[in-house]
Amino acid sequence: MSNVQLFRTGDTPLPDVIILTHKLTREYDMGSELVRALRGVSVQIQRNEYVAVMGPSGSGKSTLMNLIGCLDTPTSGEYWLNGQKVSDLADDELARIRNKEIGFVFQTFNLLPRADALHNVELPLIYAGMSAKSRRERAVHALERVGLGNRMDHKPNELSGGQRQRVAIARALVNEPSILLADEPTGNLDSTTSTEIMGVFGELHRQGQTVVMVTHEQDIAAHAERVITLRDGVVATDQARAA
Amino acid sequence: MPFYEAIRLALQTIRSQKLKSGFSLLGVFVGVASLIAAWSIANGVNRYMTEKFAQTLYGVNTFQLRRQPMFNANVPDSVWRAWRRRPRIRFSDAEAISAGLTIPVITAWQSSDQVSVTYGNKEARDIELTAASERYFDIKNLGIAVGRPFTGEENRSGAPVAVLGEAVAKRLFSDRNPLGKSVRIGGVPYRVIGVVEHQGSILGFPLDRFVVVPALSPAQNLVNPPGILDAFLVKARSDLEMREAISQAEGIMRSRRHLRPKQDNNFVLDTSEGVQRFWAGISRILVTVIPGIVIVSLVIGGIVIMNIMLMAVAERTREIGLRKSLGARRTDVLRQFLAESTVISLLGAAFGIGAGIGLTILINAVSPLPASVSPTSVLMGVMLGAGVGIVFGVYPASRAARLDPITALRQE
Repeated sequence: MSNVQLFRTGDTPLPDVIILTHKLTREYDMGSELVRALRGVSVQIQRNEYVAVMGPSGSGKSTLMNLIGCLDTPTSGEYWLNGQKVSDLADDELARIRNKEIGFVFQTFNLLPRADALHNVELPLIYAGMSAKSRRERAVHALERVGLGNRMDHKPNELSGGQRQRVAIARALVNEPSILLADEPTGNLDSTTSTEIMGVFGELHRQGQTVVMVTHEQDIAAHAERVITLRDGVVATDQARAA
Repeated sequence: MPFYEAIRLALQTIRSQKLKSGFSLLGVFVGVASLIAAWSIANGVNRYMTEKFAQTLYGVNTFQLRRQPMFNANVPDSVWRAWRRRPRIRFSDAEAISAGLTIPVITAWQSSDQVSVTYGNKEARDIELTAASERYFDIKNLGIAVGRPFTGEENRSGAPVAVLGEAVAKRLFSDRNPLGKSVRIGGVPYRVIGVVEHQGSILGFPLDRFVVVPALSPAQNLVNPPGILDAFLVKARSDLEMREAISQAEGIMRSRRHLRPKQDNNFVLDTSEGVQRFWAGISRILVTVIPGIVIVSLVIGGIVIMNIMLMAVAERTREIGLRKSLGARRTDVLRQFLAESTVISLLGAAFGIGAGIGLTILINAVSPLPASVSPTSVLMGVMLGAGVGIVFGVYPASRAARLDPITALRQE
């Protein structure tokens, strides 16, 4: 990481830095005690990087994931996403950021069971306020990108686990987000299907997509080009792998 | 999320849960159906009373000078006896009022009793014989089907001519032409000159069993002693003029009867208002009791909807979390659930309106009431439906909107 900027409070990230956290902390008041899930995490992720976040349970990786995904706000510190400081945005603005900048892929897929693949993929576009026609076009395109062009009218229960996760990936991609944020994307899949899904991620990365993936599996993290390890709420290791 | 997307989504959800949605709209359904039906009945009663009942028995803008009110249900015996002691209305009273009124009116004399009418060996019994003057037909709005009414000249000369009610003509002449035939009324021969149009019935009483003859014709002795009238009918052009005419007539009668200022009238100036007051009381009961039923069922319906929606929010917590993670704002989620409760409630209202209209048609078919669906009640049904859905949907929807996406997504 030759071009990592030395960031100080008050600075603005360089244009190519898509994620920048600066001394990010997150504390939970559990009544009797204060849980400090993150104790000052500073990371920078460049455009088109493929990063895996690892760490044992309790290390703070889920908290970091929620903060990066704009589902939560930090107790202190800064978070910049795609050139915009999002750490102090209000609820509705965060919803807009999630809609425009972030594509979530969940461990449990989180598809709407009653809706077919196409409608599931259209969902983010509805909240973007897009017209029905362009929604459909975009959703069809996204499903084709993940190789499900022929399964568009299938409901989730008519699809295999791998296919469901592909629908979820198509949904994450349909808004052309700055980052694809995957939380244990292979946690519910067998090893063959996991490899297949990792193949999809690798292909998206080659096409220029920034990917951030939280996992606790070494061999899944091995697909990424950089691995950040958290321990006790701080970054323990941050190393690039040999490509 | 645009509004129509929320509605579309709500319809999808409702369609996929038909049974649950069906139960949840039941309360609103009952409420709105009873609202529409009750309103229609009240409407029907009112119309029946004002248009048919009052106008048939009294005539529009018409009052009657009588010894006692025509409708006198539930009066104590003492009052009844006092009425019977009053002086009768005389021809001279009628003439004095006719001469004294400065308001343009048309007037008629009227005396009636039950008689038998015969033609050859055919007899029609219990026929109401009315000895009246010629304007009686105008005041009572009795159209002539065949022939003609009698004229003022025939009335003054006491010509023995008769105008038959439809039922009497049917009874005596079947399908043959009665005009020019001679019938006997109380033994006196009368020549038939006209038949009145079909009048139908009122609350089950037939209105076609009558004969009208000139007030001064021989049969006058059958209905009243000489010089005596049952009623003197006065029809004005408007309600306002009628009231003025009443007060003039009251003055004339009081002076003719030499009543001192503190003495009560010993006659009545009877209008259809009395009857209408009686019925207004009944429709007031409808109008006060029914809203109670409507409100109770709407509140129950609302609570049911609220419960169903709270269940839906609990069941779909994950979905809400997902939608939020995909960019749904609080207002989007609020709108989605509010649309759902409102659409359920509106569907209930729509079915209720349908059932209410159905009930109204049924009432029309099996009862004499001209029940008619009021557009206002339909509008109100729609508004109440929407209102219940919104009011009782706000709490569940705001709970959904407030859900934290992280916790919601983690929920099993």
